[in-house]
Amino acid sequence: MTEALIFEVSQPGRCAVAQNPGAGVDHGGIPEALRRRDVPRLPEVSELQAVRHFTRLSQRNFSIDTHFYPLGSCTMKYNPRACNTLAMLPEFLGRHPLAPESHSQGFLACMFDLQEILKEVTGMAGVSLTPMAGAQGEFAGVAMIRAYHRARGDAARTEILVPDAAHGTNPATAAMLGCTVREIPTDANGDVDVEALRAAVGPQTAGIMLTNPSTFGVFERRIHEIAGIVHEAGGLLYYDGANLNAILGKVRPGDMGFDVIHMNLHKTFSTPHGGGGPGAGAVGVSERLLPFMPIPVVGRQGERYRWLDEKDLPQSIGRLSAWMGNAGVLLRAYVYARMLGREGLLRVAEFATLNANYLAARLKEAGFELAFPARRASHEFIVTLKKQKQELDMTATDVAKRLLDYGFHAPTIYFPLLVPECLLIEPTETEDRQTLDSFVAALVAIWDEAKQDVSKLKGAPYTMPVRRLDDVRAARHLDLRYQPAA
Amino acid sequence: MSQVPAGLKYVKTHEWLKREADGSITVGITDYAQASLGDLVFVDVPAVGRKLAKDEACSVVESVKAASDVYAPIAGEVLAVNGKLADAPEVLNSDPYGEGWLWKMKPSNAADFDALLDAAGYEDFLKSL
Repeated sequence: MTEALIFEVSQPGRCAVAQNPGAGVDHGGIPEALRRRDVPRLPEVSELQAVRHFTRLSQRNFSIDTHFYPLGSCTMKYNPRACNTLAMLPEFLGRHPLAPESHSQGFLACMFDLQEILKEVTGMAGVSLTPMAGAQGEFAGVAMIRAYHRARGDAARTEILVPDAAHGTNPATAAMLGCTVREIPTDANGDVDVEALRAAVGPQTAGIMLTNPSTFGVFERRIHEIAGIVHEAGGLLYYDGANLNAILGKVRPGDMGFDVIHMNLHKTFSTPHGGGGPGAGAVGVSERLLPFMPIPVVGRQGERYRWLDEKDLPQSIGRLSAWMGNAGVLLRAYVYARMLGREGLLRVAEFATLNANYLAARLKEAGFELAFPARRASHEFIVTLKKQKQELDMTATDVAKRLLDYGFHAPTIYFPLLVPECLLIEPTETEDRQTLDSFVAALVAIWDEAKQDVSKLKGAPYTMPVRRLDDVRAARHLDLRYQPAA
Repeated sequence: MSQVPAGLKYVKTHEWLKREADGSITVGITDYAQASLGDLVFVDVPAVGRKLAKDEACSVVESVKAASDVYAPIAGEVLAVNGKLADAPEVLNSDPYGEGWLWKMKPSNAADFDALLDAAGYEDFLKSL
């Protein structure tokens, strides 16, 4: 059943008492001329109507708390309740961001420890927690690379190398910082084409942005050679932490030769995410980038903790937000790391990889084609439905939509772009074997349905609040605002 | 099977080129390219007068699946663009070799055109994919 828009149930004059500011609103000195004259068009509903509307919507969430969510490249793992409980202690919740350091020692100690843990896990020399999300972490990372070259009087280095399998955010970040982007091809086994890289580097090279394991779900085996080539040419190496879950505690980006890394703490360190946030995109740096870290960073002097700012890091790329990042998300990540400890974090990578390889092996056994059959999967892997598309007209979209009827969130589809009709599947370490087996059974059942009559798939989903949406029309004719009928 | 009309020239990044009577070159993307991208929702064409280097990314085609660059197959200057695509990107899906053309250009070197793949060569390339 479709839930009516809240505007559609609006009745003139009805109001939610709890939300009514009442008479005598203080306009805060806004001049009369600048105040709006007409009343904003807001829905007029009772408090109970508002509660029921949003509660019903929340019950339709298709989320990690209700369903298996193997969305590749997104690390949709279980978010332990304990992280939430501890991060919501009243002493944390009640702390004002402008509270003096002397009143924030507990919070600062947690943040300092988190910086130390992340340094240890990634092998980097310094960590700043301030970026608000992965995209801002990337921005900070490339900004530091640029600042480093500028500080050395090497301002001509403005080209960023990006493998063709990279996340789209990588070239976007580079472009946003005024760099040009050069694409490096990948070979048939999913590795960066090292000869093409060798030919591409030069005095214009600012750096390379790499994800390892790559978006193909395989480990970049020649990473030391790549690091050597880029460093020798005078460039730096940027590690996109999207797939950090696969290697957590097993190998460290710092040891691979990376100079800067962003971590999606909301993914790898298991804080709730999806639907846009909130995120936390901490950055780690090698020795040579330490002076450029975004501020503030937490420092320790004896037993006391304090913010390090412009005075301590005069070459910093600056501040990225009003305060110091998403404090609540960082606390959850800290609790997660402390609960698991060194051994636990290691098991994260091991079980994430084991689950992915188990799922890949079961699907291969069932006749599905893996995009890189010769490679061991990392924490995710790719199935291509190229054959099914040709023979049955069963597309990745059809399978994704039909999976919803079977009670599974769809994997990532049509990414990476280089693999036709692909499903990028990331089960994460928190799923049990029975769940993985039932996912395989669902995919086999859907394939069988397609063999009988593919039109069954074309109409999917059947059991969701809405049926198949017209994504083409939605993109061609953007309609984002509610307008009541005239 | 994708259509590959004879009489046009092709490049491996899936653009086609047609030499007009006045020597200008019309450029578009191939039937294979539009089919791989799926339903297009946005097309961005280069500005008239822009000087293009060979292999320069100068146009963007976006479908619900992906956004892809279109590359200048030869060097030259943009003479005209297909303004219709802004409102009707679907034309590129329905008629990639006709109404769905992207831009016309004046080649820097007329001989560049002749060196490109012909229909048979492009068909062989498609078979190898």
